[in-house]
Amino acid sequence: MSKHRVDGPEGAVLAPNGSGATVDAPQPGDGADLVVDARDLTLRFGGVTSLNGVSLRQCRGEILAVIGPNGAGKTSLFNCLTGAYKPQEGVVMFTPTPEKSYSIVGKTPHSITKLGVARTFQNIRLFPALSALENVQIGVEMRQRYGSVGAILGTPRMRREERSGVQKSLELLDLVGLGHRVHELSASLPYGEQRRLEIARALGTGPKLLLLDEPAAGTNPSEKLELAELIRTIARTGVSVLLIEHDMRLVMSVAASVTVLNFGQVIAYGTPAEVQRNPAVIEAYLGAQEDDSAEPDGRPADDGSRPGGTGKELQ
Amino acid sequence: MSTTATSETSSVVPDPGGPAPGAQAGLGQVVTGALVSVASARRLGACVLFGLTLAVMTGPNGKAAEPFGAIRHAIVDARIVYFLIIALVLWLLISLWPLAHALVSIVTRAVRGPVTSVTEQKYAPIGLNVVLLIVAIFVPYFFSNASVTWMVDGIGIYALLALGLNVVIGYAGMLDLGYIAFFAIGAYATAYFASDKALPVHGPFILNPFFVFPIAFVLAAVAGIVLGAPTLRLRGDYLAIVTLGFGEIIQLIANNSHWTNGPRGAFGVPHLSIHLLGINYSWKLDPKPYYYLLLAIIVLVMIAFGRLERSRIGRAWAAIREDEIAAEATGVPTLRLKLLAFAIGASVSGFAGVLFASKQFFNPQIFSLQASFLVVTIVIFGGMGNRLGVVVGSVILQGLAFYLRDRVPATDRYIYFGAVVIGMMIFRPQGVIPSRRRKREINLAEHGVGHADSLGASTREAGR
Repeated sequence: MSKHRVDGPEGAVLAPNGSGATVDAPQPGDGADLVVDARDLTLRFGGVTSLNGVSLRQCRGEILAVIGPNGAGKTSLFNCLTGAYKPQEGVVMFTPTPEKSYSIVGKTPHSITKLGVARTFQNIRLFPALSALENVQIGVEMRQRYGSVGAILGTPRMRREERSGVQKSLELLDLVGLGHRVHELSASLPYGEQRRLEIARALGTGPKLLLLDEPAAGTNPSEKLELAELIRTIARTGVSVLLIEHDMRLVMSVAASVTVLNFGQVIAYGTPAEVQRNPAVIEAYLGAQEDDSAEPDGRPADDGSRPGGTGKELQ
Repeated sequence: MSTTATSETSSVVPDPGGPAPGAQAGLGQVVTGALVSVASARRLGACVLFGLTLAVMTGPNGKAAEPFGAIRHAIVDARIVYFLIIALVLWLLISLWPLAHALVSIVTRAVRGPVTSVTEQKYAPIGLNVVLLIVAIFVPYFFSNASVTWMVDGIGIYALLALGLNVVIGYAGMLDLGYIAFFAIGAYATAYFASDKALPVHGPFILNPFFVFPIAFVLAAVAGIVLGAPTLRLRGDYLAIVTLGFGEIIQLIANNSHWTNGPRGAFGVPHLSIHLLGINYSWKLDPKPYYYLLLAIIVLVMIAFGRLERSRIGRAWAAIREDEIAAEATGVPTLRLKLLAFAIGASVSGFAGVLFASKQFFNPQIFSLQASFLVVTIVIFGGMGNRLGVVVGSVILQGLAFYLRDRVPATDRYIYFGAVVIGMMIFRPQGVIPSRRRKREINLAEHGVGHADSLGASTREAGR
């Protein structure tokens, strides 16, 4: 099994040969330009093993999707990558630029964000009583330098940073299409706009890697199209995007490659088309044994008949 | 008048949809509708009960020989009529309140536009603040010396304390029940550094109390950090309990240590004085100079904290208050910012301690748990997160305490105090002058968005 990957956004990935997908599904190897290299992550909550030796590698500038039934460990993986959980075993190397590489297991979430990993949440977590602008400002301002004394005295640097912070926040709001909603309460925005505001807030922190946790959940088809376009736009600016998504059409249209989790293990890796044909994936999603025509498209996560859909997924 | 009545009724009926037919006749119906209903009857009962309670509270004292005599003499008496009238007026006010409220909201909506939009207001309404400042400057001339003394010791010092605690409770959303400990640290630091006879021990050299300000400022901030660093990982109720313990520890040390003169407290800390560039002035027994000094400090602190609130620091505090996990994921160093809030609050408290100690005698009783609770009450009563609100809270609550001092027995004072606070929490939980952000949070929490409970203590524990 070769582990090399042709570089480029649409580069071909060697498939896990149809059948026989294992825990050690092939992924980009050591030679590739990786932005995230997570190896053998194991996360347990008492007797429950949420992640069991999960490895995940993502190439720089790539859009990688993580799919899997509910409870497969997708969000747990996100929480390990962002420092919200500390896995009992495994290492995560984050390489924001080719020169610098950091091990991020055990770091606090805010310091990981500072290194360049930003995220959104599956259940939207905006600051509800703040305006859209203020929400994004908080993200932008985490890189500013002035402190409490500067704020009280109104130093020139504070004024300058304050202005540039507002400017950058407005640009980001424009980017996600919320330029007309700047001063509105974030809680009063429609659902889809709240999702996009959360993305703007995450982008405000100046990430090299953006983790989107089900960004299309609860949005309508036209919003999904806009979202796909937004994700591609973000990736073009040099931000690698790691995406949890159930909507296979969205995954197909944006992701270069897909990692499939089930029961806390990686069961497949490949291009979206390959993964959709993968029998192990089909089985995980549909519980089908033979029926090769059953493809996990549409929104399979809403199908309650799957074996993996235990609904115990952690936030 | 008739036009007002029309708009009033049309907003009260469920679906206005333009001028409703027969809106003119509707007003009477709406008023009777508000007064004749099961809910209204229940309200009337509650109001009568309230009137009876008030009658008993203000009635004669009981005797051991006749335990229920006080109640009987309070109720079976001609004066009960007054209280029933009070109850009736109260009932009318409460019942017709929605009508008045609807009227007010029509006007405000016309002036302000829809409420979901947050207009960016960079500066607080300066006009109101200037008027209040002018009033504050002239107030001492209309009151007796004893009143002005209380304006300093009671109202002013507690306003300053409330401003400091407001940073912790109102901005960062943490509950600190041992806040008065930092006040004690400031006061004892003054006695230690500024006098050679106030305490059994004194500093290496005796300083003018003015120079103790920075020392106490730093000492209290350090104490805040020392207390905060290990405990700020706790949330909500747990943090409150730890700070409560800290307050108790400081008071116990003050009460039992030889160095602090034990329960006798510190006598003879010199008054503040200035000897600079030929200016010689000292603050003596006249309370007015202290009043103006305190007023100046309060104004400066209000300006400073206003700037802080509108800066990235203030926004980060708001983020922590609203969703700590999201704040952390957005790159806000939550622990450090909470520590900052704690240290800033503590240092203001230490500052107030210097002022207090240089003005008058103090002993450990002043730094009791009750004092901590009083400051918390002032902050919540005045309006968490609003600087002007907490100062007004101090004026109202401490003014009430002063008013009651000569009029009701000392043991009864807290009954009235409690009644005012409870009434406030029922009818206006956001405080006298709520901050715009806090008000929005409370509004949203009522609709199930967010989790801003009354103290901002996050009960949502997820992700970690």
